[in-house]
Amino acid sequence: MTPLLQVENIAKFYGPRIGCTDVSFDLYPGEVMGIVGESGSGKSTLLNCLAGHLTPDRGVVRFDTRSEGLRDTITMSEPERRMLGRTDWAFVHQHARDGLRMNVSAGGNVGERLMAVNARHYGEIRAEAIDWLGRVEITEDRIDDRPTAFSGGMQQRLQIARNLVTGPRLVFMDEPTGGLDVSVQARLLDLLRGLGREMNLSAIIVTHDLAVVRLLADRLMVMKDGHVIETGLTDQVLDDPQHAYTQLLVSSVLQV
Amino acid sequence: MSDYNFAYLDEQTKRMIRRAILKGLAIPGYQVPFASREMPMPYGWGTGGVQVSAAVLTPDDTFKVIDQGADDTTNAVSIRRFFQKTAGVAVTEATSQASVIQTRHRIPEEDLRADQILVYQVPIPEPLRFLEPSEVETRKMHALEEYGLMHVKLYEDISQHGDIATAYAYPVKVEGRYVMDPSPIPKFDNPKLEMAGIQLFGAGREQRIYAIPPYTQVVSLDFDDYPFQPTKADHACDLCGAQDSYLDELLVDDEGGRMFMCSDTDYCATRRKQGHVGAQGVPYAEDAA
Amino acid sequence: MISIENVSKSFVLHNQGAAEIPVMRGASLNVAASECVALVGASGAGKSTLMRMIYGNYLTASGRIMVGEVDVAIAAPRDIIRLRRETLGYVSQFLRVVPRVSTLDVVAEPLLATGTKRDVAVHQAEILLTRLNIPKRLWQLSPTTFSGGEQQRVNIARGFAFPYPALLLDEPTASLDPTNRATVLSMVGEAKARGTAIIGIFHDHAARDEICDRQFDVTRFTPGLAA
Repeated sequence: MTPLLQVENIAKFYGPRIGCTDVSFDLYPGEVMGIVGESGSGKSTLLNCLAGHLTPDRGVVRFDTRSEGLRDTITMSEPERRMLGRTDWAFVHQHARDGLRMNVSAGGNVGERLMAVNARHYGEIRAEAIDWLGRVEITEDRIDDRPTAFSGGMQQRLQIARNLVTGPRLVFMDEPTGGLDVSVQARLLDLLRGLGREMNLSAIIVTHDLAVVRLLADRLMVMKDGHVIETGLTDQVLDDPQHAYTQLLVSSVLQV
Repeated sequence: MSDYNFAYLDEQTKRMIRRAILKGLAIPGYQVPFASREMPMPYGWGTGGVQVSAAVLTPDDTFKVIDQGADDTTNAVSIRRFFQKTAGVAVTEATSQASVIQTRHRIPEEDLRADQILVYQVPIPEPLRFLEPSEVETRKMHALEEYGLMHVKLYEDISQHGDIATAYAYPVKVEGRYVMDPSPIPKFDNPKLEMAGIQLFGAGREQRIYAIPPYTQVVSLDFDDYPFQPTKADHACDLCGAQDSYLDELLVDDEGGRMFMCSDTDYCATRRKQGHVGAQGVPYAEDAA
Repeated sequence: MISIENVSKSFVLHNQGAAEIPVMRGASLNVAASECVALVGASGAGKSTLMRMIYGNYLTASGRIMVGEVDVAIAAPRDIIRLRRETLGYVSQFLRVVPRVSTLDVVAEPLLATGTKRDVAVHQAEILLTRLNIPKRLWQLSPTTFSGGEQQRVNIARGFAFPYPALLLDEPTASLDPTNRATVLSMVGEAKARGTAIIGIFHDHAARDEICDRQFDVTRFTPGLAA
């Protein structure tokens, strides 16, 4: 089976400082990869390099495109990469306002990606928006409200709906539950799990919260100071950590 | 005799503007940046239109200026006098006799011919500006033909107002490629954007020129189930009786009494000269203003 | 079905002065289809450790752990994930569930993951829950609020929902009253009859003797404890 994403030797430097280096892995359809680390570990840098928001200094990121098989997205032309970003890829930001248009209604936010790929029937666009809002547990009567009228959790769910409406195969998530109340986090994670399963999504999730990866990720990469220091099955890395830093990380989590 | 160079601007500036105009005509609907000059009127008063007119006028031209259809508003009169003084060109109020027409926010009712040029005054040239404030981003969208956002604006209209509520500056797609803001003309005028004349658009403050060559395809954006409608007030002109011209609405007393009149003053006057009389009109008299 | 060959493991506790604790050396065991083998040995001898190594939850330092065609000791993560989905089931000592998921969905999960249609999966879950005496009124609730015994029974229901060819059971009868204990033992018996290879840990000696064909003493392979 062809991997959906092939990452080889990605590195990004800021002058003499290492953003991230020597990162390689394959991601297959339906797999969820968690990337954990503390602030400054390089996890967000890595995610942005993979998602095309930053250009890495070294390395290759090959994606299995629908029409042409494995293509290196780093050397892809910008129009192609932007098209990928609107169709096959999705990016869920930590702060919903970075991933939504705050002055456009919820329905408009969800419908935008459809209109960007030439949907031209208002009634159909609206019906699909209503359907997706329902899937992220936002009621139909909120479809014309602006995201400014939504709570943080609702904004985040709207961001997810907006991203998933075109049926992407790979979702990048940057701290998707950061800043949310605990009960809201639980609901959001549950939603992500369910949708991910239903749509056979692959995902790369960056977080500092080990509970999130245990819940959502099949595989885990632990980063420190720009390096990947341990990788493997999520439950194995968390239950039988090999590296000193991983052991420290796992033992630092407070038990409720 | 005037101490000004012909049409006020120096020859180098006119050349620069003409290059921008040629580029605009070669790429219909594409916003060409140009080095907009300081003009003897403030930004927001038609400096873009004036610069384009200055660059295309020749001594043999006949020049007309309209402001929301009228030849006799303060600004239309000022601009007309400006070119009389600095270019010495003949001026007229009759659309059919003008070779260059500068307009603010209307297209004349009478069809233009292939030997006529229409110069539009444009406040904000970027149709996506109100949805996407970043110039870097909107330029990319035009370059990559990413116009989904434009339809989001129309979607928002329908969801809020039940129909596409944009009444003027209604966005269009030119020659199947660029989305363009036709300046704040009423959407009623949009069909006229497909014409025999040359159309030039100047935005002085924003420093952009764009153009539509003759017989270019111009399609107003819409949805399959909410097609574009060039609407106007459901009324006839009270002065000349015209059924198919764009109308101004005038309140005439404190009891809500009103009358509707053609916004295009030359069109109305011409019809009245031909003997047409509207519901509140009087037969045309030579001394009427 | 399950073949453990010369398997060893140590824990290195870096944050406690890099103390190295060897927990297993040279363990070997074969379990065939329809066989049930009990892991025995003193507490701390490594029974749960071995079980977790078979499941891939703990890393194996050396040796092979064959489950069907897959060597868990060296397999790629996605192969182990597939193994856990289709071949190897694990009923741990404690129910670990995602919050907000109903009991019915928890139990139906392994069937849904292997492509069973939703209504069939849910129906199967209902049968199992009924058999294990979980009242219907609890089915839509999340098991996180249930008693220890109820949680254990949900755990077992989930573990037996899909007919895995191999099954790992860690204290399956703990916290159960005699009725439910008997039910679980007959479920294990049915799995055996189906051809399942089973490895179990039982502190309940009577249960162990009832359904296990033989015992495997991990103490023999525990460094420092070997007789």
